[in-house]
Amino acid sequence: MSANLAALLYLVAGVLFILALRGLSSPETARRGNYLGMAGMAVAVGTTLLVMELDGFGLALIGGAVVIGGAIGAVIARRIPMTAMPQLVAGFHSLVGLCAVLVAAAYLYEPHAFHAGPAVEGVRYSFGTASLIELSIGAAIGAITFSGSVIAFMKLQGLMRSAPIVFKGQHWLNLAIGVAIAVFVIFLTASGGQALTAFWIICFLSLILGVLLIVPIGGADMPVVVSMLNSYSGWAAAALGFTLENTALLITGALVGSSGAILSYIMCKGMNRSFVSVILGGFGADGGEAAAGADIDRTVKQGSSDDAAFIMKNAGKVIIVPGYGMAVAQAQHALKELGELLKAEGVDVSYAIHPVAGRMPGHMNVLLAEANVPYDEVFELEDINSEFSTADVAFVIGANDVTNPAAEDDPSSPIYGMPVLQVWKAKTVMFVKRSLGSGYAGIENPLFFRDNTLMLLGDAKKMTESIVKGMD
Amino acid sequence: MEAVDPFIFRLAIFVLAIFIGYYVVWSVTPALHTPLMSVTNAISSVIIVGALLAAGTAAIDAGSQFGRYAGALAVMLASINIFGGFLVTQRMLAMYKKKEKPAAKKPEGEGQ
Repeated sequence: MSANLAALLYLVAGVLFILALRGLSSPETARRGNYLGMAGMAVAVGTTLLVMELDGFGLALIGGAVVIGGAIGAVIARRIPMTAMPQLVAGFHSLVGLCAVLVAAAYLYEPHAFHAGPAVEGVRYSFGTASLIELSIGAAIGAITFSGSVIAFMKLQGLMRSAPIVFKGQHWLNLAIGVAIAVFVIFLTASGGQALTAFWIICFLSLILGVLLIVPIGGADMPVVVSMLNSYSGWAAAALGFTLENTALLITGALVGSSGAILSYIMCKGMNRSFVSVILGGFGADGGEAAAGADIDRTVKQGSSDDAAFIMKNAGKVIIVPGYGMAVAQAQHALKELGELLKAEGVDVSYAIHPVAGRMPGHMNVLLAEANVPYDEVFELEDINSEFSTADVAFVIGANDVTNPAAEDDPSSPIYGMPVLQVWKAKTVMFVKRSLGSGYAGIENPLFFRDNTLMLLGDAKKMTESIVKGMD
Repeated sequence: MEAVDPFIFRLAIFVLAIFIGYYVVWSVTPALHTPLMSVTNAISSVIIVGALLAAGTAAIDAGSQFGRYAGALAVMLASINIFGGFLVTQRMLAMYKKKEKPAAKKPEGEGQ
């Protein structure tokens, strides 16, 4: 195969990837988009195999690796529960990062493999300055993505406390490591790619930096972190696309990089936080102390599942607001059943989703889809917020801060300015919560103390199930 | 005038692709943001092309097989991502359904 034909085929792969993302503009076209993505991958892999000088051992090595990796991937994809999607995505990001580091290392150690031409015996390949810089940037971002995603995975999986870890001088330390990485990149480049130790130091420092960047970020900011790491994995791929002179890799890297960046932006806007303040971390500390300090003796109206069932059955319109608590309790199936029963009673049921509900972008939508809730009953914040004033019941399950009116009317509140679902405009607000504790930000929700609020204390799934029983 | 460095052409592709990504991703419906992440994950594993080159080509110096094995490991990791990413996206997308007509209602599994 000629080099030109190969380059054209890589371009085809890149275009197929663009179409794959384009398909996601609506659920109807999304499935086809996913197939186009698979086709793009097949084109890219096939082209590479045809254009390279593959020897027998290499074929066996590749075959074995693909079979093992593919089998692991397929099993994970089949078995993973939908609630675990955030940690799965974080885990996958870490693999892309590690892959980038390994490819960069292989390029340094066996450069001739990437140029399909024999090197001169005994003489090390001479690298271009630009490709050395691209390669070390790719390796550095890859290593940051890897270790950062491992930390994010551990926090999401509960292997590590999700509370932020902050210490004095943290930002200065990060800055110093960043500068040191830059120095070693220059050193590696100046040596013409011969200083292999410098390469490994770059990788090592970047691994540390990745950990340091993610540990100070708290659990509730995870949607931003996951999107950010998504973006990083894209930039790492793009940097190596420059080194390998591969269009498919360049286009994909740019797509993924900007995709992750846009998602991070949307998540930050959903929390009214600047990207910089999320990265600097420290928010989302366990707000236990803050809430205890407030200690206001106001009364809440606590209700039973039978009360809730009675009110909802006689309502004309119910809006359900799911949050992370629903995911934790796996209450989506019970919730769907409740929705169906209400619809059978002639109640108008819809679902309202805040952009940062859950632990990753779109988390709640996937869980509702899993429970067979039709996607045209599920609405985003800006589409449904005006509907609450006409609703009889706002049923808030496992969400808190995203419904806090303080974000709109209390300038002293830490979440002031954050867009919230205006559930308080409904005639009755029901909160399914495990306790009266505050949300992740440690902020009291004044809604709990309003006259038209009914608190349903208990596990989200059990409470929903008993409401369903109470409907008869 | 001297010839333009090929690097500039690659930079042009890269910059234009960022713009394409920008507009394409803004058009993705928020309901599909999770599948968006899993599919971008799968396609960014196209980095496997580099891993294939490293794993499949014989080393010049028979004593140093490091590049090869690093490449093979990378092929395996990228394969986990490619298969896992596309399949889990497919599984998720299969779950997104429109409102069904009340008559034709049959319970269905998780899309797989």
